[in-house]
Amino acid sequence: MVNDSVSDNIIEVRHVSKRFKHVEAVRDVSLNVRRGEVLFIFGPSGGGKSTLLRCINRLETVDSGEIIVDGVRVTDPHVDIDAIRAEVGMVFQLFNLFPHLTALQNITLAQEKVRQRSREEATEIAHRLLQRVGLPDKANAYPGQLSGGQKQRVAIARALAMNPKIMLFDEPTSALDPEMIKEVLDVMLDLAREGMTMVVVSHEMGFARAAADRMIFLESGRLIEEGTPEEIFSNPKEERTKAFLSHVLY
Amino acid sequence: MPEPGRPSAASELRRREPGLIPWSAHLKRLPWWALFLLLLGVALVYAILSRPNYTDAFLFIVPGLRVTILVTIIAFLISLVIGLIVGLGRISTNPIAYNIATFYVEVVRGIPMIVIIIYVAYVLVPLFVAMVNGIGAFILRTPFLAFMASVGHSLAAINVVNIDPMARAIAGLAFGYGAYEAEIFRAGIQSIEKGQMEAARSLGMSYVQAMRFVILPQAFRVILPPLGNDLIAMLKDSSLISVLAVRDLTQLGKLNRSRTFRTFETWNTVTYLYLSMTLLGSLGVKWLERKMKSGER
Repeated sequence: MVNDSVSDNIIEVRHVSKRFKHVEAVRDVSLNVRRGEVLFIFGPSGGGKSTLLRCINRLETVDSGEIIVDGVRVTDPHVDIDAIRAEVGMVFQLFNLFPHLTALQNITLAQEKVRQRSREEATEIAHRLLQRVGLPDKANAYPGQLSGGQKQRVAIARALAMNPKIMLFDEPTSALDPEMIKEVLDVMLDLAREGMTMVVVSHEMGFARAAADRMIFLESGRLIEEGTPEEIFSNPKEERTKAFLSHVLY
Repeated sequence: MPEPGRPSAASELRRREPGLIPWSAHLKRLPWWALFLLLLGVALVYAILSRPNYTDAFLFIVPGLRVTILVTIIAFLISLVIGLIVGLGRISTNPIAYNIATFYVEVVRGIPMIVIIIYVAYVLVPLFVAMVNGIGAFILRTPFLAFMASVGHSLAAINVVNIDPMARAIAGLAFGYGAYEAEIFRAGIQSIEKGQMEAARSLGMSYVQAMRFVILPQAFRVILPPLGNDLIAMLKDSSLISVLAVRDLTQLGKLNRSRTFRTFETWNTVTYLYLSMTLLGSLGVKWLERKMKSGER
């Protein structure tokens, strides 16, 4: 990977390794994400995709290596991680909406407490975002009253409300019923078209084909292959990538 | 063998059995124990109103109600504060906070409540007063603290003997129950999914903000019924403070018995007063439990 223009890379992952008790989740992975790029990470379950993603905003700490996000070394324990996390939106597999708050309050809470916006401003932004994800009439609904796809769209709106520079998606459609996957992917596609920097861990190959600039195949914690969707889908170099794709594509 | 077209003997029996006594199905479902209890209560109220021995016992004992309730409520509020702080310590990743909190919880939960009350009243409170006296003496001894001399004098002048038994009783109960409340808070916080904290932190909220705005409001729902149970338990355990000669219900009962030698009247009245509070309380907790469950979203 050529790394001539450092300022162009909003995320730099250098030789990162992470091990849990009995498994090496991530082994010596290095990669860069450019501003405005959509990076798609795929691979078998337990391959370290989610762990790598969670290291980027330090929901997991790395054992070795370093990660630099927007010029800040997030792997440095002395860095103000809250300030970086406010710039990095994250969408979870299980949505993790706050069940005691309405959809609107889910979106306004961090705006007020972290971004110090007034209630009026935060509410206005929240309404605009709910409109954008196609849920203008769900502002006062509690998460328990929403379907999975609606929950995930509120979760995306919640992350977007912070005006993040990067959005991380951790298997955003894996917990959804098939008929709800599209409504979430549509929101993500829009986001990609608008030039948001996105790192997406997913099995949705259709989304990768439509929106990804680059794809990365992770297996057993190792970066096996990297390339554009055309390269990966039509001409994968590695046998293991081929084997994996032959199982998920039909 | 049941013949076709005719009900079997068993189903015949099942069908006929409830008819043996009219309304028997409904009668079975009635809470007889509660009716019996109510009857006993009515009988006791009648006795208090009509029989001089009971009236006398009741009038002597009833001021203890105020002390029992006052001590319980104040001690409970303090134990909630202790419980929240210690509970957060128990889930802290800071080894100092964790170990201090765990030491307190394990030690206190291993000691009978009556011994804790006695220990706090006669060991910890005097120790604390001696410490305050020491601070006062230090201020008076140190020349450059001369401007605080009046504070020093008042601190040095506090005498253990003047510490009210009721204050010691409250300290003892709060200290003892703080450990149990801490475990309730810990369990409540840990019952909230890990993803909630992660989502809050991923939005840039600090640990304290995430606790305050995301975790604790959710944990509160889980915690409320067990806290209610502990309030009732503390109301009952507040009878232990009679060992400090605090004039609560139990202490006034003891005094009334030795004053009149009317054992039956005395302890029937004391029991009645405790029961009417605890039964009402547990009804309240049941209502709370149902409300919290129906409010789940």
